[in-house]
Amino acid sequence: MQITPVTVTFAIMSIFALGGGLGVVVNRNLVHAALFLVLSLFGIAGLFILLEAPFLAAVQILVYVGAISVLITITIMVTRRIMGIRESVNRQWPVAAVVAVLAFATLGFVIVSQFAGETPVSDVPPESVAQLGAQLVSSQAFLLPFELASVLLLAALIGAIVVARD
Amino acid sequence: MIPLNLYLLVAAALFAMGVYGVLARRNAVAILMSIELMLNAVNLNLVSFWRYRAPDALSGQTFAVFVFAVAAAEAAVGLALIISIYRSRETVVAEDVNMLKW
Repeated sequence: MQITPVTVTFAIMSIFALGGGLGVVVNRNLVHAALFLVLSLFGIAGLFILLEAPFLAAVQILVYVGAISVLITITIMVTRRIMGIRESVNRQWPVAAVVAVLAFATLGFVIVSQFAGETPVSDVPPESVAQLGAQLVSSQAFLLPFELASVLLLAALIGAIVVARD
Repeated sequence: MIPLNLYLLVAAALFAMGVYGVLARRNAVAILMSIELMLNAVNLNLVSFWRYRAPDALSGQTFAVFVFAVAAAEAAVGLALIISIYRSRETVVAEDVNMLKW
């Protein structure tokens, strides 16, 4: 694989995503972990742009970084307590590490053996974002899941308010 | 062009890190952050397969949009539950919320 700008960008965004992910799961300080999560989400947004899905990259930054990460940070600050030097991992962390490594080994074996060296089948058609919007509200395509997602979001909204009220 | 397996390997590594975080962390908010990592790995997987296998069919991107919506709803409800648990039990360590344990 030669060194092209696409390759360099992919390497940088992957380092952001994976480094941020590692920071989330091993950091003892929760606020640092939340900031590493933001870094990881930005890396994934960059990978979405490399995959020619710009609408998803924008939605990722708006929803994940802009809303969910802020919600997580607010919750961290609301649920703070006077902590001593406490452990950040529980008693079963060696088993968890083994399970995670096994999961990655299984997935990695399948990926390397089945999908090696594949290139894109064709180009992305132009106006794909407009087509995506048209499909989301077309009764032939994804109108029903779209409305169900709206109902789900409404239920989550009402549920969260009721649960977190005094 | 970047081969497909590199994108899938990044997604698999993120997913494995999320699995470790869910199983090993004590704080409930940290567990939720690891769940968000796993959902992002799934999204990356979906979009990579859409781009490399079927860029004409937009159902790949639509799947990812619905995963976004479900992840947002689940994060909101989960965090509200954590705040409620903190109010009543003064802790967010997952091991200490054990009243239903036999």
